[in-house]
Amino acid sequence: MSGAILPARGPGDRLTALFWRRPWVLLLLLVSPPLLWLGVVYLGSLAALLLQSFYSIDEFSGVVKEEFTLKTYAELFRAQNLDIITRTVLMAAAVTLASAALAFPIAYFAARYAKGPWKAAFYLGVMLPLWSSYLVKVYAWKLILAKEGILTWAAERTHTSWIIDGILSVPGLESSSLSTSPVGTFAVFVYVWLPYMILPMQAALERVPVSMLEASADLGATRAQTFRSVVLPLAMPGVIAGSIFTFSLTLGDYIIPQIVGNSANFIGMAVYQLQGTAGNIPLAAAFAVVPILIMLAYLTAAKRAGAFDAL
Amino acid sequence: MRSDAPRAPLGLKIAALGGLLFLHLPILLIFLYAFTTEERTYQFPPPGLTTQWFGVAWGREDIWPPLWLSLRVAAISTVLAMILGTLIAGAMARARFFGRDQLSLLVILPIALPGVITGMSLRSAFGVMDIPFSTWTIVLGHATFCIVIVYNNAVARLRRLSGGIMEASADLGANAFQTFRHILLPNLGSALLAGGMLAFALSFDEVIVTTFTAGQQSTLPIWMYNELIRPRQRPVTNVVAIVVFAATFLPILAAYYLTRGGSDTAGAGK
Amino acid sequence: MTAAVEFLNVSRHFGAVKAVDGVDLTIAEGSFFAMLGPSGSGKTTCLRLISGFEQPTGGAIRIFGEDVSTTPPHLRAVNTVFQDYALFPHLNVRDNVAYGLMVKGMARAPRYAKAEEMLALVHLEGYGDRKPAQLSGGQRQRVALARALVNEPRVLLLDEPLGALDLKLREAMQDELKALQVKLGLTFVFVTHDQHEALSMADSLAVFNEGKIAQIGTPQEIYDRPASRFVADFVGSSNVLPPALTQALGGPARWSSLRPETVRLAVTGPVSGPVTALRYLGAATRVVIRVAETEVAALVPAGQPLPAEGETRSIAFDPSALHLMEGA
Repeated sequence: MSGAILPARGPGDRLTALFWRRPWVLLLLLVSPPLLWLGVVYLGSLAALLLQSFYSIDEFSGVVKEEFTLKTYAELFRAQNLDIITRTVLMAAAVTLASAALAFPIAYFAARYAKGPWKAAFYLGVMLPLWSSYLVKVYAWKLILAKEGILTWAAERTHTSWIIDGILSVPGLESSSLSTSPVGTFAVFVYVWLPYMILPMQAALERVPVSMLEASADLGATRAQTFRSVVLPLAMPGVIAGSIFTFSLTLGDYIIPQIVGNSANFIGMAVYQLQGTAGNIPLAAAFAVVPILIMLAYLTAAKRAGAFDAL
Repeated sequence: MRSDAPRAPLGLKIAALGGLLFLHLPILLIFLYAFTTEERTYQFPPPGLTTQWFGVAWGREDIWPPLWLSLRVAAISTVLAMILGTLIAGAMARARFFGRDQLSLLVILPIALPGVITGMSLRSAFGVMDIPFSTWTIVLGHATFCIVIVYNNAVARLRRLSGGIMEASADLGANAFQTFRHILLPNLGSALLAGGMLAFALSFDEVIVTTFTAGQQSTLPIWMYNELIRPRQRPVTNVVAIVVFAATFLPILAAYYLTRGGSDTAGAGK
Repeated sequence: MTAAVEFLNVSRHFGAVKAVDGVDLTIAEGSFFAMLGPSGSGKTTCLRLISGFEQPTGGAIRIFGEDVSTTPPHLRAVNTVFQDYALFPHLNVRDNVAYGLMVKGMARAPRYAKAEEMLALVHLEGYGDRKPAQLSGGQRQRVALARALVNEPRVLLLDEPLGALDLKLREAMQDELKALQVKLGLTFVFVTHDQHEALSMADSLAVFNEGKIAQIGTPQEIYDRPASRFVADFVGSSNVLPPALTQALGGPARWSSLRPETVRLAVTGPVSGPVTALRYLGAATRVVIRVAETEVAALVPAGQPLPAEGETRSIAFDPSALHLMEGA
């Protein structure tokens, strides 16, 4: 009979023995390429962003002065820039609320009632729009909202043009068509980010045990009471998880308000224009730090509410 | 499955199906518009239907270079993301180690923060380091946010795999490389492929980060974006939109079928 | 007799947790050795120290006299039947069984021939083309066994291999495993938390408690003469008497154990108490009497008169049956 130890047959066996004796060698080999990439490319860039935001631009020559200053951040507090930030945050909040309201029936139905092939259909039905081309989706809404587009046509056919006209005559929303009104911007935001709200919501609702709903019904709760006091609180972590996406994505987007709407400025647009045509990279960088700060505050609040369990 | 599955209230059913239609109808509209005879406006219903725009788009020489650039960027980014994402997943699947939570946060950050931040950060870094824009500057950004897509798919599959089979393989005499080749790869393969397809779709279609990292170059989404702001031949844009849509839709569908049936179905983690 | 496995003062600590703490152990070649203990007692860690999935933080392990402290699992001539079987889901039964031969470089035809041979040994002829998912629990267990045995290990490790099977199948497999071990003359090291399984199958066994070996010996020794209260309690069915009761019964003031079949019931005696339970077992009836806060069980053979519940009885036994234990 042979011995209790088999002979090593080559470098593969010897390396395996090394990995076994020193597990951190393998761990280091696995982790270092991605860590280097993310550390250098991503964190390095974020550091560069922070660095730039503490530079300023010479108002006469337009050249970036590479000295530490808080002047650029102070510029954020100018009335017009504060306007941009307020507008963006309000839009993000409105989009988040509307998405939650629209997402709920879909998520609830998919989690509680859809079975078998219907379940798969609902899953694909949410996942495909989530992943399919962002730009194509925005473009589709340009077609829909255009003055000569399908929405106007449908309203004329159903004699409901007064609704659109009514919306467009509200102070602050006036415009010649939906595609150049803030209402249009809002609608496109909701459409594009809706799937990001549905999926975490559905995941949270699927964790509500049916027995808990039945228990509530047994205790004499009406459907509405069960919904309000059992389903809604249990769905809340999912709603918050979804809202992280809708909120964050709206905060940083600059394509949608540029293509649909009245060209009122948003944070993303400000960043894009400042770094491009205006050439004011320090101010663009300072603007880009704003969503990071808002999201950090939001994430801290969401973490307290236990939203990350539903991710 | 419960035989007495509860029936949904009618209102809920209508709201849910209505919501799904709301998600899908707008995309279908693009297909209709690609055949319209109206060239200057978005008139609905189209005054007539024609297939001439597909030929016109084919002949437009300004579309081909962006298409090639997009394909090249998506292909390189996907390969890089697949390698890096798999490596992290492999490390994460192993026992806990110092900095594990920080690493997982670092992986997720590029898609958790708005794209404009990633874009602006890279733009700042290129500025600080005087790096000229090239295909590679675009790839840097794309690969960074694609890593998490591959990682999510791989880690979900690793979690589902019985940890015992790796030990069983070693127990039966396989070294680390044989275990990787004969056990890990076959079991992880479809999840990795799905992750790669999703990464490709995401990269091919990306515009927000790309505008910051492309300089004067034009990917297909950037070409389309410019057409949206300054339209020239609207129906040609519609044709390109269909191409972009198909180039993202098909890999997503494939990814779904590759991983369907498990708890790790692709796409849930975007 | 050669030692198949030796533990020399082996410890495995995880931070402050001492999973295995200073264990000395010798497993004889060709024996069926059981490691018995509650979960968390260190028995599974000991098994993983032999297979190499854990490395000792102190002491040395020898397999057939060779120190294996620098030998990774894949170069040890031991194989494991895992608790959840850990069959490769993407390979069919034949490829699962032939896996160990394949990674060692054996050509397809001979390794398939060997695999078929092993499948025959575990009564699974003709199952080669199935996937693990198409097998029952018992069949998977046999595949796991064949997959380990095909490598001709010097020691076969079994980690609660019968735990996932239902009672009837488990009993059948116990007989079959024992027969297989005798037929192959292999050293089997078997981890279980089931004392009946350990006592009925093993040639010798080690009882684990809190990372240490509480007692090591033949099933007979452990059953008749438990070394400590823990062993007596865990191996079960024996009466454990506190020092005061031992003394009242004529022994020294020490913990002792008393097997139920040695206890007789008497109407009068030094200690007595009420009958609290009667359990009919077929060939005998188990009668439980509460004396001085301690429940003492006696086995009364069929045909002898039985007391009624609540009646007072006293206990009697041959003084040599009283087994004194270590520890206060």
